[in-house]
Amino acid sequence: MKYIIAVIQSDRLDEVLKRLEEKEIHLVTVSDVVGRGRQKGIAEVYRGHKEKGSLLRKIKLEIAVNDEFVEPTIKAVIDGAKTGQIGDGKIFVLDLPECIRIRTGERGSEAIG
Amino acid sequence: MKRILIAVILVLLTAGTAFCGDTVTPSPKIDTGDTSWVLISTALVMLMTPGLAFFYGGLVRRKNMLSVLMQCLMVLCIVSLQWVLFGYSLSFGPDKGSFIGGLNWSFLRNVGLTPNADYAATIPHQLFMMFQLMFAVITPALIIGAFAERMKFSAFCVFILLWSTLVYDPVAHWVWGVGGFIRNWGALDFAGGTVVHINAGMTALAAALVLGRRQGFPNGMSPPHNLPFAVLGASLLWFGWFGFNGGSALSAGGLACSAFTVTHIAAAAAGVAWAVLDWLKHKKPTTLGVITGMVAGLVAITPASGFVTPMGAIWIGIGAGVFPWLAVTYIKNLLGYDDTLDAFGVHGIGGIWGAIATGIWATKAVNPAGADGLLYGNPGLLWIQIKAVLVTAVYSFVVGIILLKVVDVVMKLRVGEHDERVGLDLTQHREAAYTLID
Repeated sequence: MKYIIAVIQSDRLDEVLKRLEEKEIHLVTVSDVVGRGRQKGIAEVYRGHKEKGSLLRKIKLEIAVNDEFVEPTIKAVIDGAKTGQIGDGKIFVLDLPECIRIRTGERGSEAIG
Repeated sequence: MKRILIAVILVLLTAGTAFCGDTVTPSPKIDTGDTSWVLISTALVMLMTPGLAFFYGGLVRRKNMLSVLMQCLMVLCIVSLQWVLFGYSLSFGPDKGSFIGGLNWSFLRNVGLTPNADYAATIPHQLFMMFQLMFAVITPALIIGAFAERMKFSAFCVFILLWSTLVYDPVAHWVWGVGGFIRNWGALDFAGGTVVHINAGMTALAAALVLGRRQGFPNGMSPPHNLPFAVLGASLLWFGWFGFNGGSALSAGGLACSAFTVTHIAAAAAGVAWAVLDWLKHKKPTTLGVITGMVAGLVAITPASGFVTPMGAIWIGIGAGVFPWLAVTYIKNLLGYDDTLDAFGVHGIGGIWGAIATGIWATKAVNPAGADGLLYGNPGLLWIQIKAVLVTAVYSFVVGIILLKVVDVVMKLRVGEHDERVGLDLTQHREAAYTLID
């Protein structure tokens, strides 16, 4: 099992969700985040005062999948999120030692889907 | 302590009965049109204090949102009581040595429904008192912009009461009270350029200096937490300002209309001017810039509103876009003081510009009871205006510093470092403006 974290451009969310759905990956947690990468932030100016180190808004997706779904998930996120410009984001893939469905107590691979 | 309390309650009770005896039947001289307009204007000016709360509130960090709203509302409550107990009498009561009003009208004795011809001959005296009350409220509220995000709430309450009594009331008497010395000079201040804006703006500078910078200023600060709230607040200020300036005619007629018109025009011109300057200097016109310009324009036209033509108002508005813009963009950085929301830059500088501009563009063609300014062949008025600015500015700056220092010695002005970091909402009021999870 893997835990996939993707940070993407805010406006690509709908497209990424659509691609994930096409690959029958329905479980996803989405959060609004701010951050900074190679793109840096756009410096904001308030009454002439330039804010340093501004952060940009991004969307963070968290998806837990069984091993055979790792590559389709990565492909779906890239297909949906890629614009070819700096700031498209990153995907991180982590090992996931355990997963438990709270309602039934099922564990491991069955609990994920 | 208990005895004092009982004594105070007794005085209040007896004052109440005396007041009831005074409210004689309304005199036939009351004009219903004038009275209606000033009643409405009074309500409009009241709305400016909550408007200011949202203007200021949107510009602070989210952890201090409630503290700013709370300070504005508390000024509304505290100063309203101060005003009817003794503040109105100190400002407008029978003159004592051209400096202050006597206490003859304290507890609203002799302030009934009969008009007072010295101030407004066609509306109830009590209505004039209420209209002026709203000015007495918003003036100290303006100062909040300078010390936002770091002042202790208890110290704030004490300071506001002292400042209203020892700074606002005397200055209002000098400029507007019968017998006041600045009024006797012939200085023009239609709706409060000196009394309200220079007065609040100079004490704001004093407060920024006495309290010192916030932690992390200038580079470690977060941007305004909710600009839409600031836009809402600035819009309410503009709306309320029709009552502030239009109502200062104290009658419903040509003069009120003229003040109404120039108020609108100056705000518009200043909003455009600020946007253009931002565009040139920072490559983009900013929302915050436009609303700041609007407010600066309203500030600057305030003293001039009963005396200038609409074309004069355009120039005053442009100046209000330029001078406060220079103040907050360059002077603040140069001098390094932390006037959190630019109360000095906008109200102090905008007010000074407006008072001087009144001496330039005023004309008797608009208001025969006024005077001609520099452009209408009377340079003398300009000098009188400058004198009025200087006296007010120095008084409010110096007494402002003294009062702040006194409160600091007695109870400390500033919250502790930890409380400042956590935010005033939680540490001063045990509340949060926004929940993270519903």
